[in-house]
Amino acid sequence: MSPSARSFLLHLGVIAGLFVLCFTLSDYHQGNLARIMVLATYAIGYNVLFGYTGLLSLGHAMFFAAGMYGLGLAMQYGGMSPVPAFAVGILTAAVLSVVVGVLALRTIGVAFMIVTLMFAQSVFLIILYFGTWTRGDEGFVIPQAARQVLGMDLTDPLIRYLAALLLFSSALLITARMMQVRFGRVLIAVRENEERTQMLGYDVFRHKFLAVLISGSISGAAGAAYGLLFGYVGATFASVQYSIFPLLWVLLGGAGTTIGPLVGAVFMFYLIDYSSGFTNAYMLIAGLALVLLVLFARAGIMGEVRRRWAPWLP
Amino acid sequence: MERGPNQMLPTGRVEMTQKLITSRRSLLKGAAAGGLLTASPLVSRFASAQSSAPIKIGFQQHSTGIGAAYGRWYGRTTDAATKAINDAGGINGRPVEIIAEDDGTDPKRGAEVVEKFANQHGADVAFGTLFSHVVYGSAPAAGEQKIPYFVVSEGHHVASGKLNRYTLQPGITDVKSQVQAMAPYVSENLGKKVTMIFPDFAFGHDHRDFFTAAIAAQGGEVLEHIAIPPTETSFTKYFPKIPRDTEVLYHVMVGPAVLTFVKELGEFFGPSSPEIFGFIDSLEAVDLGSPGLEFLEGTYFWEGNPRYAQPDQTSFDRNFRAAVGVDDNGASVSDPSDVSTYSHMFGCWETLHVIKAGMEAADYQGPQDRQKLIEAVEAMSDMAESDAHPQGPKVFNGKTHQVFGRQYISRVENGKLTRVHSTSVEDTLYPDEVDYTTMAF
Repeated sequence: MSPSARSFLLHLGVIAGLFVLCFTLSDYHQGNLARIMVLATYAIGYNVLFGYTGLLSLGHAMFFAAGMYGLGLAMQYGGMSPVPAFAVGILTAAVLSVVVGVLALRTIGVAFMIVTLMFAQSVFLIILYFGTWTRGDEGFVIPQAARQVLGMDLTDPLIRYLAALLLFSSALLITARMMQVRFGRVLIAVRENEERTQMLGYDVFRHKFLAVLISGSISGAAGAAYGLLFGYVGATFASVQYSIFPLLWVLLGGAGTTIGPLVGAVFMFYLIDYSSGFTNAYMLIAGLALVLLVLFARAGIMGEVRRRWAPWLP
Repeated sequence: MERGPNQMLPTGRVEMTQKLITSRRSLLKGAAAGGLLTASPLVSRFASAQSSAPIKIGFQQHSTGIGAAYGRWYGRTTDAATKAINDAGGINGRPVEIIAEDDGTDPKRGAEVVEKFANQHGADVAFGTLFSHVVYGSAPAAGEQKIPYFVVSEGHHVASGKLNRYTLQPGITDVKSQVQAMAPYVSENLGKKVTMIFPDFAFGHDHRDFFTAAIAAQGGEVLEHIAIPPTETSFTKYFPKIPRDTEVLYHVMVGPAVLTFVKELGEFFGPSSPEIFGFIDSLEAVDLGSPGLEFLEGTYFWEGNPRYAQPDQTSFDRNFRAAVGVDDNGASVSDPSDVSTYSHMFGCWETLHVIKAGMEAADYQGPQDRQKLIEAVEAMSDMAESDAHPQGPKVFNGKTHQVFGRQYISRVENGKLTRVHSTSVEDTLYPDEVDYTTMAF
């Protein structure tokens, strides 16, 4: 079987598995998985830039928050229904991605990390500054009655799960396909050796810019979906820790693997959920897990699987 | 996290908790629930109930994150209230079990915790949230899971109508009523020309908006609003913005920078400062004897509940302090440097007693009676000062799901807070902004 056929079956299997789980999991785990799929979508967006293009951003929360506030403000003050508001959310994140891409891509390495961190901090402070509309740190609630799409109630656990699955599947299939075509391969080439890629005649800046745009837009879609599905929009999601989370999920799951973001998000969510039942120092346990992973499985869970057993893993 | 009776507090404070026989999950789960309970001394107390299964109350606790100091004391108060309720026969003859989960003072985790209470722990109600952003983040989950969510936050979120019918705040007053009730005393005793210094985020904006309107209603005015960015660590550069004819400086800084703020304020003004009025939120869990706070001598504070036992202390306050393990200076009886969050934590005690009263009025048997419980609480009105309400008398507004109660103003004298004024409950009232009772469940 060709690698692309295996890849196709893997992604189809993951999506089918998640679909089946919807009907077999308890209410609690079903709710968790819906949330995890949205967060994994955010991590997929992050993975496009970090895992495939090799650009380490410390400010991705700004894209997640841009999507969330784009949707939230459009619904709150624009009176929009969820679908166009969702589009506004993605558009907001895309516009921000263009701005950040144009400016931040003038830097490389540590400077890129710092510039993205500063941009994210600026977005966080802007949200607080315009607290009259954003309600700043408190945020605001999107009423249950407004979260309806085509007669479907997005607050219903089953509908919400399926909506999250649709979002996650779309992001997964788009990025998986992207990595099979020339554009994605150039991104990987940029990650591996930027100078050589440029010498071969590829427009490196254009590819990196498009990677920022795609990454930011997917992250923004996740943010908009989070606000819509869980009914809350707040500045916390623009804070530094929400820029660190996708980095952790991707590192844990396997940077540069298509299903690594999902695996990392699931692993981290349940590590915190279970360990918090034993101790308040659950973040210490999460940190310890990360240290162990860096020591013994530097490529992350799926990266290690690919290295040891399945070199075809996308 | 589910805490064992002696598990929660650090070593050295066991005496406060070892008496607590709160019926924990670890004690009651599975088959042990029936057998052990039957064999325990609690048997006679709870025997008359239709079911001896515990009433499970999910406690959304800020154990970590920015709210950890509050969370620690909210935990102690909750344990003490649970013990008091169980010692008095529980609720409807059933013991109360607290299931604590840390929300990390984070709205995302808060929502997850509420879902966990409803779907994993099988909790009857959720309770205990303080920070407003966590309330906002969690309330949608409470509405969707249809689990009554009793917050202890003092935010205006509930009474503003922005939440849902499942969210109630019956144990602590909200910031709008607190701020409004301060204005008459400030304008009559301290001055009418006010400059406000507040953090530039929602909490500070609430103070800005509510106090500006309230002081104007008293014939006063705010000369200048000075908003401090949340990332600020030094404040000296903001003080020259204070107009020279300021009679009262109103401050409500929070967070770890508050000590620097007070120290720099003292250095700026020296001995000739205007009257200074602040909200104790700035200094909850902070020892007034801390270096740098000497400048606060002679200044005024709003207190939700006087930290220092006053000469006319009620027996209710005395009993409350004894139950929670707080001395006359508002600190832990086992560690005088461990200062409580006395202006807020009574809310946990009172809220649990409201839940008890509501469940008894609704003859609550299980989750199928959650709507009856909410209706029973909505039907409440006067709450007399008592052991169940040691902070003072209150009036609950069933339409807005918000309680109203007495507020206190204290002056720092000899390094301690001395109460100089008590408002009436009526001073804190304002027109309804919502009627939750008209909303469907």
